[in-house]
Amino acid sequence: MENTTIDPKKLPGWGIDANPENDPTYPLRVPRMNVSQDPDHKHRPASSQPVDVEVLKSIERPNVSAVFGESAPPVGLSGALRRMAFKYSESHYGHWLPLLLADRVNVVEGIIEDFAHGKVPNIFAEKGYAVEWKHNRSAFVTKMATIALVTTGAILLITRDKDKKRKKYRY
Amino acid sequence: MLAMDYRGPKRVRATEKPMPEIKHPQDAIVRVTRSCICGSDLHLYNGNVPDTRVGSTFGHEFTGIVEEVGPDVTKIKVGDHVLVPFNVACGECHFCKQGMFGNCHESNTQASAVGGIFGYSHTAGGYNGGQAEYARVPYANVGPTVIPEGMDPDDAVLLTDVVPTGYQAAEMAGIQPGDTVVVFGAGPVGIMAARCCWLFGAGRVIIIDKEDYRLEFAKNYANCEAYNFEKDMDDPVVFIKKATDFMGADCVIDAVGAEAAGNAMQTITGRKLLLQAGSATALHWAINSVKKGGVISIVGVYGPTDNLVPIGNVLNKGLTIRANQASVKRLLPRLIEHVQNGVIKPKELITHRIPLEEVADGYRMFSAKLDNCIKPLLVFPSANI
Ligand SMILES: [Zn+2]
Ligand SMILES: [Zn+2]
Repeated sequence: MENTTIDPKKLPGWGIDANPENDPTYPLRVPRMNVSQDPDHKHRPASSQPVDVEVLKSIERPNVSAVFGESAPPVGLSGALRRMAFKYSESHYGHWLPLLLADRVNVVEGIIEDFAHGKVPNIFAEKGYAVEWKHNRSAFVTKMATIALVTTGAILLITRDKDKKRKKYRY
Repeated sequence: MLAMDYRGPKRVRATEKPMPEIKHPQDAIVRVTRSCICGSDLHLYNGNVPDTRVGSTFGHEFTGIVEEVGPDVTKIKVGDHVLVPFNVACGECHFCKQGMFGNCHESNTQASAVGGIFGYSHTAGGYNGGQAEYARVPYANVGPTVIPEGMDPDDAVLLTDVVPTGYQAAEMAGIQPGDTVVVFGAGPVGIMAARCCWLFGAGRVIIIDKEDYRLEFAKNYANCEAYNFEKDMDDPVVFIKKATDFMGADCVIDAVGAEAAGNAMQTITGRKLLLQAGSATALHWAINSVKKGGVISIVGVYGPTDNLVPIGNVLNKGLTIRANQASVKRLLPRLIEHVQNGVIKPKELITHRIPLEEVADGYRMFSAKLDNCIKPLLVFPSANI
């Protein structure tokens, strides 16, 4: 990539939004309001979404927000971990680490759920390997070969260890 | 209806799911006509954002035709073709009143730091996103905006995130006429940010990435200087110092976020072990390569909560750091004007059109940077538009 010298003034729109008063605090400073200046700072929309599914709520806000998503309510073991996480503040590892753990547990639950519904997940397709095979064949082959090699290596290592132990017993 | 379905890190598929329903009087249901995969979806795809639950649908950049509205919806009507900003915002709370639609207090129960975002994990409200044939759109009087007569829907869909985020990145950088601006990351948002820097009167714009095809694209689209940090330099910080007469850049934009490459320690602790909220490599470079008294603008997404950031240098150098999710609604009127006048040409970023059925391939292609992919658009068999 080599350097390109250009005259910015010739570019379409150059300087169109330049503003001499455009200091780094823009746009926050101008419309910024202190909570005390806002007589209605606790204002909430007139109606709220009925809470008819389990919604986990941050301990840093007083109530469930007036609308919320319900894409995947907490379930199973991952759900229990998430409930535990929501006992801690957002500024605490106790909140985020259980959530990350719950996400991993949830993946296993997802696979079990698929099987329970008589569905075998097509992991090759879900990982989009077809497109990797099409556009990045050599790297893809290397990746798969490495996985195979590491697996074989690990198996060999475990078996060899067993052999050694057996030999020791013989002595 | 058919919808994208998250099954675990790097595993997604298109699945039949129940139709969304009106849950609140200000809700609308839209039949999606365009939906993008975003660079920040890749943080979810890789399993790096906490509380990303199996079975959820991603997608925060979409347009659609209004199919049904709740009793309190007055600003849009059935049949309107709307673009839907990625933020879910009430328009009435203390933060929305100040134009901080990205920080709405009445759209996310699960966290107080970030507002609601479509299809962006339960940390951002748990909403299903628009990578589906139909989507529920709360607060339909606030966000959804009728696509102006004559505007290409391909342009409109990028006004939901990429254009406003790139623009706000340049705005938050506090660019003064003639400034040298460095943009880290030549993804769609970085490229758009580089383009928008000129609108604020930048004198020089430099973009840095590690993929040659993205740099080539950025150079042409944003008329900027483009360099590869793996090939053109040993150390991006020293490189920028040398390029700016050893002063440092006036402003630096971090358009990378959590998935940054380029530093082994950050990669291991941030991306592999998830002990910090993503690898803060780009932010390190930004802090160390900006001039004293300079401004750093962050739009790259980082997760909660801890990061290894050289805050001592921020203090010693007297830096201003500004960062936020874009408040799309605040910026839309100005940006629609720019698109209509040809100042910004969003749809030129779109390089791939992928049927929703092949969503897994789309994610793999974008995340592995295959086939020179800059911006993939999901297309819908049911959309007919
Ligand atoms: Zn996005
Ligand atoms: Zn609000």
